[in-house]
Parts: sequence; C-alpha cells; structure tokens
Amino acid sequence: MDWQLLITQMLNGLQLGLLLFLVASGLTLIFGIMDFINLSHGSFYMLGAFICSSITAKTGSLFIGIVLAVLVVFCIGALVERLIARKLYQNDHLDHVLVTFGLILVFDTLAHLIWGSQGRIISLPDSLNGQINLGSLVLPSYRLLIIGAGLTVAIGLYFLVTRSRLGMRIRAGASNRQMVSALGVDIDRLYLIVFALGAALAGLAGMLIAPITEASIGMGNEIIIIAFVVVIVGGIGSVKGAFYAALLIGFIDTLGRSYLGDLLALFLSSQNAETAAPALSAMLIYILMAAVLAFRPQGLFPPSNS
Amino acid sequence: MKKTKQLLTSTFIAASLAVASANSYADGVKIGFVTTLTTPAGVIGEDMQNAANLALEHLGGKMADQDVELIFEDDGFKPEIGKQKTDKLVKKDKVDFVSGYIWSHVLMASAKSVLDAGKFLISANAGPSQMAGKGCDSNFFSTSWQNDQTPMAMGEVLNTQGVKSLYVMVPNYAAGKNMAAGVERTFKGEIVGKDMTKWGKDKQLDFSAELAKAKASGADGLFVFYPGSAGGAFIKQYQQAGLKDSLPLYTVFTVDSISLPKLQAADMQGVMGSKSTMFWGPDLDNAANIKFVSDFKAKHGKYPSFYAAQSYDSIMLIDSALRATGGKVDDEDALRAAMEKADFDSVRGDFTYGNNHMPVQNFYLREVVADADGNWTTQISETVYEAHQDPYAADCQL
Repeated sequence: MDWQLLITQMLNGLQLGLLLFLVASGLTLIFGIMDFINLSHGSFYMLGAFICSSITAKTGSLFIGIVLAVLVVFCIGALVERLIARKLYQNDHLDHVLVTFGLILVFDTLAHLIWGSQGRIISLPDSLNGQINLGSLVLPSYRLLIIGAGLTVAIGLYFLVTRSRLGMRIRAGASNRQMVSALGVDIDRLYLIVFALGAALAGLAGMLIAPITEASIGMGNEIIIIAFVVVIVGGIGSVKGAFYAALLIGFIDTLGRSYLGDLLALFLSSQNAETAAPALSAMLIYILMAAVLAFRPQGLFPPSNS
Repeated sequence: MKKTKQLLTSTFIAASLAVASANSYADGVKIGFVTTLTTPAGVIGEDMQNAANLALEHLGGKMADQDVELIFEDDGFKPEIGKQKTDKLVKKDKVDFVSGYIWSHVLMASAKSVLDAGKFLISANAGPSQMAGKGCDSNFFSTSWQNDQTPMAMGEVLNTQGVKSLYVMVPNYAAGKNMAAGVERTFKGEIVGKDMTKWGKDKQLDFSAELAKAKASGADGLFVFYPGSAGGAFIKQYQQAGLKDSLPLYTVFTVDSISLPKLQAADMQGVMGSKSTMFWGPDLDNAANIKFVSDFKAKHGKYPSFYAAQSYDSIMLIDSALRATGGKVDDEDALRAAMEKADFDSVRGDFTYGNNHMPVQNFYLREVVADADGNWTTQISETVYEAHQDPYAADCQL
C-alpha cells in the first residue's frame, strides 16, 4: 500500500465531498423546509462560476470575484424565490419539477446569450497555480484552498444552524413547518433567506471548481443529480446529514476511481477489470443510495422529530 | 430520482427536436451534417460547421453547377439523438450524403440508418475500428483517420524519445479504447497504469485521483486523449499538479486550436513544447491548406482545428465525386468510384483511400509554440509515418 498516494486520494475525496456539500446543503434545506424540489439549484452553481469568471477577469482578483459573485448569486436566488418559487409552495411536486426544469433551460440559454457557447476559464494567480510540499507530499495549492474554504463554510454553517436564532428557526422549519408558522415566525422571510443562502452556497461551489475545470453551460446539471443523491443519503432537510453524506460520496467516488481497478484485477482478467472498473465506480454512489433507501429510507442523519 | 432523470432526458429530446428545421428542395444536392452544437462540446461542432460553410463558400455555393443545401443537425453528444437526427436527414430531408460525426459512439449508432438507405456516409472525425475492419461498408468514407493511427504514431515517437514506462489516461468510450489500444500497439516500453474516465454529457472533468495515481506510478511519460473542452481542463490540472518536469505529457486530439487559446488566456505555460501527433497541422505547407487556414482565420479570428480541416475536406470530397459524375446524385457506383480516387486538393496534401475507405496518409509530430503574433499554436517538427494505413484494413472484405 502506497500511503502517500492514499493520503493524496483522501484529500481529493475530501475536496470533492466539500464541493458536493456546498451544493447539497442548500438543496436539502430548500427540500426539507419548504418541501420544494428545486431542479434548478444546479443553475446557481453554473451562474456562480460564470459571474465569478466575468468579475475576476474585470478586476483581476479572484478574491473580489468570489465575494462579489456570491452576493450576486444570493440576490438572484432571492429574486427566484420571490418571483417564482413562492407561488409554487402549495402545489405538488410535479409542478415544482416542471417549473424548475424550465428554469434550467432559461438559465442555460441566458448563459449562452451572455457568455457564448464556449466555456470560460478563471485564471488563478501564480501563487495558487503551484504546489505545496507537506513533508514528502506534494499537493496542488489550489485544491488545498478549496478544502480550506469548504471546511470554513461548513463550520460557519454549523454555527449558524446550531447556535443562532435563524438556525433555530431553520431547524424548527425542517422538523415541523406548520408549528413554526403557527408560533408566529415570519415564514416568508425565513424561506427567502434559506433559498437565497442555498443559492449562494451552490454558486460558491461553482466558483471554486471553475478554475480547475471551467465555467460551462450545463455544468450544474451534472452535479445536481449527485447532490440529490447526497440529500437522500443524508436525510432530507438535515445539514449535518448532507455534510456526512457528501463526504462519504466524495470518498467513495474518489477511492473507487483510484483503487477499484486494482481490486477487480485480483479476480478478473486485467482486460475485464479495466473495462468494468470505470463503469462500476460510476455506479457505486447510486448503489449506496439504493441501499440507504432500502434499509434506512429516512436517510442516515434525518432531522430530529421527523 | 429516476423519474427526474427520465424527465430530464425526455425534455432534452423534445427541446432539441424543436430546434430542427424542416424545409426541402426538389432539385440540387442535399448534404446532411451531424455534429454536436449544444453542450460544452458544441464548440467543436461550431468549428466544423464554420469549416463546412467555408468549403461551400470556396466552391461558390455550387457543386458541379448544382445548388447545394447543407443541413446541420445537433446530436447533443448522445448516440440515440445522433441516430434520430440521422434518420430524420435520410427519411425526411432525403439527403444524398451524410457527413460530420465527432464521436465514435454516435457514428456507430447512426451508420446503419444511412448505409441501409443506400446513401453515402462520410465521417469528418470519428474513426472507430469497427467501421475500418469487419464492419466496413462500400458507401462509408472517412476524411479523418482510423482512431488507432494517431496514437500509433505517438507510440513510435515515445520509442524514439526513450520513454520506457507510460501511464495512459483516456475517456471510457469507443474512441478512448481505440486510442489506448493504438498506443499500446506500437509502444515498446511498459504501460504501468491506465485510467478510463467517465465520458458523455456528464463526463468527469476533475482528474485529481487519476493524476495522483499517474504521479505515484513513477512513469516516464503520460499519454492522454481528452478531446474538446475536457482537454483544457486536463492540461490545467496537469500544470496545477506540478507534473511538467517529472511526468512529460504526450497527447492526441487534446492540445488543439480549441484548447490552446483558453490555455493561453489562463497562462498555462505547462503546455508549451508538449508533443502531439496528427495527420495535419495549420502550418502544413500546401496551397489548399494555406488558403483554408488564412480564410478561416480572417473570418473567425482563430486557427481552424483539425475537426475543421476534416469537415472542409468532407465537403471537397463530395464535390470531387459530383464533378466526376457531372452532378448526378443517383448513380451510386459512379459516385463511389470517384470518391475512392480522392481526387481533390486536400488540406493535408495528397492521400489515397485504402480498401476500407480510410485515408492512407502521413502522420506528423507537432509541438506547441507561439506564432509570430504571439498566439499559441502547433508546429510540425517531423514526419512520423508516411502513407500509413490503419491496422484494421486487412479485416475489411471490400
């Protein structure tokens, strides 16, 4: 066993898991609190990446780009909630799916009109394009930054949800919606904040990944499916569940890609192993979801009292 | 979840069908062109579309004095949609030729529709081994290459460069497998590791796990095939991982005029000097290529990609056949005989067709350099193969 490789892969898994968490935390709150299925949540991820690329190109600073773009995506999220989502809370899930799927098309086309069909890159400053040596480990510095940023946001969210008044209401909303509004909490305002906050977090995830891949149309549609898997595995409405499920899925995906081929080669011919491994590692997270749905349908960490 | 996915798929299909236009002429030549115009890979399709249109413009909009209608269709990067669009072109638009096809799996799904109808199919990119070997067809032609050839040339380059061990990374689909098989066919050293990553509409773009494995393998070189936008993403991560000096990069169909401008904008110096093999280059010195490249640059402000070169040639090949038959589109045998001669000024210089209708052509080694204006491009440094025929030709019964 190559320990250096294992540690590097664990960090890669952590990075993927944290990005998934940023997307899934908003999704799970919106799903859990408002009972609203938001397929277009991935669009905020894409918009975050594109807006950040434009601002970064203008100002020359990735930091300013991220800060401003998070604010912009927060506002877009608030607008979508106010103008569209709010009217749909009373309707059933099929309506949510239809409308938010339409929103995906609208946002994709909008991005096409504004930024063109080509993806857009976000340039990193030289200091982030390099590597950091940790003993004998050499790691890309930008990936460490993603891990740092992801953990910071996760801790911030933990304190927000468990220690603040807003967080108390969010948790209460996730457990029992009717009771919260019966107790006189301004539910409209709570919904608005949760929706916009979720959008901003998804946008942040898009901004963080774009310097590695690029901002491209449809990038959100790729991650939204996995984010839903995270939400289901973690337990709908549970931020804590989303955190653990996102990390679990990040590790499963990364380690599956890293070691499954060698593992299969132990009892399959190398030809078969090398074809089966990629297919199987892409399936692993769905197998996990199926297992969770079969044995623990409420998810691994459901919100209390639900 | 499944419902959601099904809904997504069906709505995508509905949306893309709505885009397709339907108008038909009675006379003239009709050419269908299937490529990817949406999804991030749409940038490739755009390049092909521009080149096909430029070819038609160079022909004055006519082939053998007949009006030409060029109908573009978007395959959405999906075999099933590519097949639907091909069916539509053959049955509804009643085209005489179908060209295009970036992706091997899309071509494989669509080929039967064209060939069973007795029409001509001209691949302007995809070159799966099946179409070159046992599954070859008298009405199938290629203006590109068979998938294995370009990586085979790269295998030879690796041998002469003294690379003893190699790590291979390719996407997990028909062409990816052919590319890996191609380099393994000629490379004499040891393949110390191989990754096949998820591909398609939701393709994997974060290669952290694979790059860490490649680095840990201690290989002398890294061979990759990542066409389209995935290429840019790969190169960025390769540079960010700091592998330039320890693990030199050898690519096929990855570093091209689609990825290079973006890499230059991000100042990814790691790609400078990286080596790739190809049947063509924008600097190839022949009259047809000089005209093609300069007119394309004047019109679109960038170098044409190899996808563009192949698309340009596919239109020119059809034109050469129609000139030979005096514009008759219904004489299948005469058209085929004319196409087999490859009697046109190809941007790659002279080439001939093998028994399986795959080009027998030169392959070159190219390096990334900055041109006179400072734009990053590729420059041919040596000829690896002269008049090279693909290894599957012997399996073809034509």
